[in-house]
Amino acid sequence: MNDVVISVRELTKRFCNFTAVDHISFDVHKGEIFGFLGANGAGKTTAMRILCGLSYPTSGSGTVAGYDVMHDGEEIKRHIGYMSQRFSLYNDLTVWENMRLFAGIYGLTSKQTEQRSTELLDRLNFSSERNTLVGSLPLGWKQKLSFAIATIHRPEVVFLDEPTGGVDPVTRRQFWELIYEAANEGTTIFVTTHYMDEAEYCSRLSIMVDGKVQALDTPARLKQQYAAESMDEVFRTLARGAKRGE
Amino acid sequence: MRAFLVLIQKEFLQIRRNSFLPRLIIAFPIMIMLIMPLIMTMDVRNVNVAIVDLDRSTASRRIASHIEASEYLTLTHTTTEYSRAIEALEHGMIDVIVQIPEHFDRDFMIATPQRISITANAVNATKGGLGMQYIMQTIALSLSEMRSESVPVEISELVTIENRYNPTLNYRHYMIPALMIILFILICGFLPALSIVGEKESGSIEQINVTPISRFTFTLSKLVPYWIIGLFVVTVAMLVARLAYGLVPIGSVGAIYLGAILFILTISGFSLTIANFSETMQQTMFVMFFFIMVFMLMSGLLTPIDSMPDWAQKFTIILPPRYYIEILRSVYLKGSTIAELNSNFIALGVFAIIFNTLAALTYKKQA
Repeated sequence: MNDVVISVRELTKRFCNFTAVDHISFDVHKGEIFGFLGANGAGKTTAMRILCGLSYPTSGSGTVAGYDVMHDGEEIKRHIGYMSQRFSLYNDLTVWENMRLFAGIYGLTSKQTEQRSTELLDRLNFSSERNTLVGSLPLGWKQKLSFAIATIHRPEVVFLDEPTGGVDPVTRRQFWELIYEAANEGTTIFVTTHYMDEAEYCSRLSIMVDGKVQALDTPARLKQQYAAESMDEVFRTLARGAKRGE
Repeated sequence: MRAFLVLIQKEFLQIRRNSFLPRLIIAFPIMIMLIMPLIMTMDVRNVNVAIVDLDRSTASRRIASHIEASEYLTLTHTTTEYSRAIEALEHGMIDVIVQIPEHFDRDFMIATPQRISITANAVNATKGGLGMQYIMQTIALSLSEMRSESVPVEISELVTIENRYNPTLNYRHYMIPALMIILFILICGFLPALSIVGEKESGSIEQINVTPISRFTFTLSKLVPYWIIGLFVVTVAMLVARLAYGLVPIGSVGAIYLGAILFILTISGFSLTIANFSETMQQTMFVMFFFIMVFMLMSGLLTPIDSMPDWAQKFTIILPPRYYIEILRSVYLKGSTIAELNSNFIALGVFAIIFNTLAALTYKKQA
């Protein structure tokens, strides 16, 4: 298929004698919301960091937006957005200053920056907080802002590492609306989460156990396959087999 | 280019928003330059002297009055018992004992008298040694006066002394350039490192690493703000030195700025390199302190390089502050020109290139 945005083959990352990511392979298609599930320590973040060009794989291959994860890390970075598990915008800058900074880094002109940030702030109902210091925002708002900034340059793929951890149910719902809107515009979403209700929103899911991809399919078919009522049950069945502690 | 500009803008915004940094950058140079020269002096003053006068003669009184008149010496005890004086010395009340033997005056006029004995407390070696010298000069002066009254020869006319470049032998004029360098090391050496490690600790560096910004641009964006701040600091320091201590460079201010431009780049590049190898603030601070100790104590800031052991003198070749202190002192006190000091400027330029290239190369966006 031509619309493959992320393609991973036998990707492996070893730290000393610990194999964090163990020969994983999968494809992600354009416009998909790809859920990347797994217990803590299953290797999700490590795999995601490799795909974002933050970390080198030990072996195996992968391409993101057509660029090789081993050699073209910097090219990949032009075409992706990334939202880390830990809030990592500048707390001592305002909402607008953070937007201007990252827009500038991705090479938007000041006119484009103005346009795009106004658009994003409107979508977030955030226009009144334009000049608020980011550090003083509540967590849910910070996460929405992080997402907005990760998409400020209209990347082909957005990587979200537990974007809704610690966020209240109402804000989580709003957050997923943002994700859907981005996906509808053709952005591919690669998301990790521990919330099984969120897993149900994904187009396809992979579940990692001990560094390996144990299951990969749509939520409906996974439930069928494991004869489960909910994704929660599927996850428990798979995670029970884990040997690694947390 | 736009990426670089927004990064610089971000650095300045962050410095301005910090509740502490802007005050530090303004107050620190002024305080250091105002107060430290008063304290950091090697001029020995207030040497307390006891005279054990066993002679009680015109000669002994004359020596006593000369000691009293001296700017550096204070006559605190006059006694006739050596044991009393020694006791006072042991208690730290006096620094030097001058014992004038019996019949000194009489013998001095007719033949060779018994020797005057001088005992100094050399626990503080500088004070003891210099105190001893002052006493000897003072006594020699008294004796030559007495001699010249009987024999018309002015001994003091036979010797002339001139201190070139620092005519008043003012220790402050020697120390002020060193203080300027200490300021650079503290402000332009610590702040860039702390700024990078601060981003590592807060996690924001990860958001930067996942963007296509090149490591050279990012390193440069950490360098330029502190470079500008450093030039501000050198201006303040020169103004304070001039207004408070009347120290004006004999040579050109341009030479001082050119040196500052290169030296700040060097020390900031060094600090960024350290930051790239550190994960936490504590680690950065500790490693920086180690190097700063070496820089301050071995670069000839406080003690002359010429009096160091041979191996240490060779070692100073790789210490960047050594070159800038030479530039500052020569320009300030001797009026040397850039051309005369070209090897120092070249050395600083080479260091600046090495450390900044190293800083950019050791910055890892992908691990």
